[in-house]
Amino acid sequence: MYRSKVDGYVGTGLAMVGGVCTLLVLTIALFLLRESWSVVQGVGLRRFLTDSAWNPTEKRFGLAPMLLASVATAIGAIVIAAPLGIGSAIYSRFYAGRQAARIQRAIVTLMAGIPSVVFGLWGLVALVPLINKIMPPGTSLLAAMLVLALMILPTVALTADAALATVPMPLQQGAAALGLSREAMIAHVLVPAARSGIVAGILLSLGRALGETMAVLMVAGNVVQVPTSVFEPVRTLTANVALEMAYAVGDHRASLFVSGLALTLIVAALAVASWRLSEARSHG
Amino acid sequence: MADLIAVLPRRDLVLKAAVHAAALVVALAFAALLWDVIGQGLSRLSWSFLTTEPRSSGRLGGIAPIIISTVLLLLVAITVATPLAIGTAVLLVDFVRTGSLGARIVSMSLDILAGVPSIVFGLFGNAFFAIYLGLGFSILSGGLTLACMALPIMIRSTEIGLRAVPDDWRRGTAALGMTKTSALRHILLPAAAPAIIAGLMLGIGRAAAETAALVFTSGYVDRMPGSLFDSGRSIAVHIYDLTMNVAGGEKSAYAAALVLVGLLVIINAIALALSHHVLRKRITQ
Repeated sequence: MYRSKVDGYVGTGLAMVGGVCTLLVLTIALFLLRESWSVVQGVGLRRFLTDSAWNPTEKRFGLAPMLLASVATAIGAIVIAAPLGIGSAIYSRFYAGRQAARIQRAIVTLMAGIPSVVFGLWGLVALVPLINKIMPPGTSLLAAMLVLALMILPTVALTADAALATVPMPLQQGAAALGLSREAMIAHVLVPAARSGIVAGILLSLGRALGETMAVLMVAGNVVQVPTSVFEPVRTLTANVALEMAYAVGDHRASLFVSGLALTLIVAALAVASWRLSEARSHG
Repeated sequence: MADLIAVLPRRDLVLKAAVHAAALVVALAFAALLWDVIGQGLSRLSWSFLTTEPRSSGRLGGIAPIIISTVLLLLVAITVATPLAIGTAVLLVDFVRTGSLGARIVSMSLDILAGVPSIVFGLFGNAFFAIYLGLGFSILSGGLTLACMALPIMIRSTEIGLRAVPDDWRRGTAALGMTKTSALRHILLPAAAPAIIAGLMLGIGRAAAETAALVFTSGYVDRMPGSLFDSGRSIAVHIYDLTMNVAGGEKSAYAAALVLVGLLVIINAIALALSHHVLRKRITQ
């Protein structure tokens, strides 16, 4: 392939540059393992799920309530954000006029760029007092779900919009030729045709939601417990790392790396699933 | 077919109303958030807020050292990530065949990197840059961590920009007997430059919005940094600290949030304008 010597050198150089990304992934994996190894070996992974409490300085390593809180906030956020995001995408693609569609997309894109601390700040100052009026203390699972939902809304909306854009024109024309109403077309032809792309977007957003730290930390109340209602405060895995990393040493520090590792594996699995789905779509 | 015919107009109306309601809720939520940030932020924002040091943990005074730290963090991140991003994108587009083993490995690494939660980058940055490499809590540690985080988005958008250069141009340079290297230097990279810069801006935007990865790498110190080895607090970390740890810090937090959002809007607007510029050129060719 390489005709000239220069291209050969440049190609080799670039291959080394490209290798840096792969090396970085390996280094991250290596360091997460290295830092968590002492506790994995000394305590064992099982106790992270079976210990009844989280008190690492007294050798109690129960992460289960926080894992549950992470999953609950993420799923709650998706349940709220998915219909809104998909609805917003359908609106901008099939209902809105040119100008309105542009404005709706601009809103969603701008929203995607707002930093998570700003969502957290707004959640704590504006949203939490509202929830507190209904049921104290306000900082709660519900607050975390709502703030997270707002944060992942743009991801859901933008991926659904992109998926709807790839539906082949003939499908739409055929449906129109059958005399279907616009709504019947959307519900029975267009959305089903874009399904795999929309689901891929939802999985991606779920990963985002699980990995989000700051916004959740600011509004969730951060009490380690299995919540019995959405009004109770919870602490997620990510928030736990952010809260305790500053002073954690020894096995405590190592167990925070274990939760980081667990989080990465869950999010990576979701990313792979999402990627498979969109691959299947582009080949199907 | 049966269920297509059975669709009732009433269900049509419900769907139509639901779609419009969803779009409205999204727009209203965004408006509420923005209204709050602008309204509360403006009351505290002033020229002296941007140019003086914080006093009383940030309740009073300004955010000058924090802006400087943020700029330094971003500069470190761009300086490190830009050559890596452009190099990797060029490799993927012009030097390896799509679908080859090398391309697949690099692509997969990028997808994994893009999926790693930011707090995990924080853990990694703390263990690797701050402790293992001995950089401590410093702007350098933070900037390097941000570079790792921003890398995938920067590479992907640079890649898209390079792929948007028509293949005719590549064939043209080959017909002229140009080496790939000089074709890249004189034709392909200049043609893709706006898209590449747009991609870099997106990466910077991502880095500027980051908090979780910085708390344990560049730290909390809100004094003016003397060098890259000093700890420095970014605007995002400042907002976090004011909200969570400083009673009565909300006003200042909102003002800082307004500064940060303003900065991000400017960065994104530049990125958007540049990528539109590329698309327009593509169409008029």
